[in-house]
Amino acid sequence: MLDLTWMAWTWQTATFFIVILALLCAMTAWEWASPGGGPRHGILGLDTTRGDRLFISLLGSAFIHLGWLGMTDLPLWGGTILSLVYAFAVFRWV
Amino acid sequence: MTKTWNNRAWFLVLPVLLLVAFNAIIPLMTVVNYSVQETFGNNLFFLEGTKWYQDVLTSSRFHASLLRQFTFTFIILAIEIPLGVAIALTMPRSGPWVSVCLVLMALPLLIPWNVVGAMWNIMALPDIGLLGYGLNKLGIPYNFTRQPFAAWFTVVLMDVWHWTSLVVLLAYAGLRSIPEAYYQAAKIDGASRWSVFRYIQLPKMNRVLTIAVLLRFMDSFMIYTEPFVLTGGGPGNATTFLSIDLVKAALGEFNLGIAAAMSIIYFLITLLVSWIFYTLMMRGDEQ
Repeated sequence: MLDLTWMAWTWQTATFFIVILALLCAMTAWEWASPGGGPRHGILGLDTTRGDRLFISLLGSAFIHLGWLGMTDLPLWGGTILSLVYAFAVFRWV
Repeated sequence: MTKTWNNRAWFLVLPVLLLVAFNAIIPLMTVVNYSVQETFGNNLFFLEGTKWYQDVLTSSRFHASLLRQFTFTFIILAIEIPLGVAIALTMPRSGPWVSVCLVLMALPLLIPWNVVGAMWNIMALPDIGLLGYGLNKLGIPYNFTRQPFAAWFTVVLMDVWHWTSLVVLLAYAGLRSIPEAYYQAAKIDGASRWSVFRYIQLPKMNRVLTIAVLLRFMDSFMIYTEPFVLTGGGPGNATTFLSIDLVKAALGEFNLGIAAAMSIIYFLITLLVSWIFYTLMMRGDEQ
């Protein structure tokens, strides 16, 4: 068995990366099942593909979480819910 | 005629994917793991959750380093990009001097970063260095080891000397790719030198300048070796940029958790600004 103790894994961080990987797999499956991820002109005036929108969602979510941590003492789940709303808006309108 | 798609070509990307996995993704995953834990060595880790992120985000030390980093990068881009384009415009387009200019321009890029830092350190020494001694002799009080402004001036000057050549070479490559017919058409229309630059040369250089701005942004935003060798982050913390602060936290203070959280935030900021630059420039290109 490969020794990965040096990477200091925790189940929380492992879950985080598994979710990212699952998202990438889901996007691949989506494109395969329903091709049509060509660029679309959204409200920001950008031409974005589905992959671009995922990237914008993930990057924005990272900053939402950082902003939540830096500006509030509330549980981080609030930031996660806000990120999901943000990601939905990105996929819908950007 | 129907187009044939062969998705097996994707397998050719596998070696690159493996390489990126080993030199970027796996280290990044490890840093994420470190950023939520505390360690006292001996490979023992204790979960801390998001504490390090909160500490970093509310730390005035981090804010100050980040501000210094953005200021430095802004100054560097504001000087190197116009200067690089200006030098590229003055370079000969043909003849034996082309090679001479290209070699001269490439020279600073060939010097290792720590050597550049050491060179400028010696040159800027106020008592024996050519720059330091010269400025003091001219009546300009200059001591980069004591005056924050002098330290900034030296670090910026060193970076401009080291990296403007890269912008010059990229801009020159862009200029060389413009067909002669464009210049002939501009001449027939009686276009001024400025109009030729504004409506022919600058749009044609757009792509290479995008690359130049991105490379210079990323590189100056992550600068470490040269200022570390030159000033060591001083005087005080005057030239302690993010990367120097990061190394201080990770290796000087052995705060691996804080350093890892700082690295992730640093990475995300670099990614965001690079993406904004790229998107804006590509949008301009499409328009």
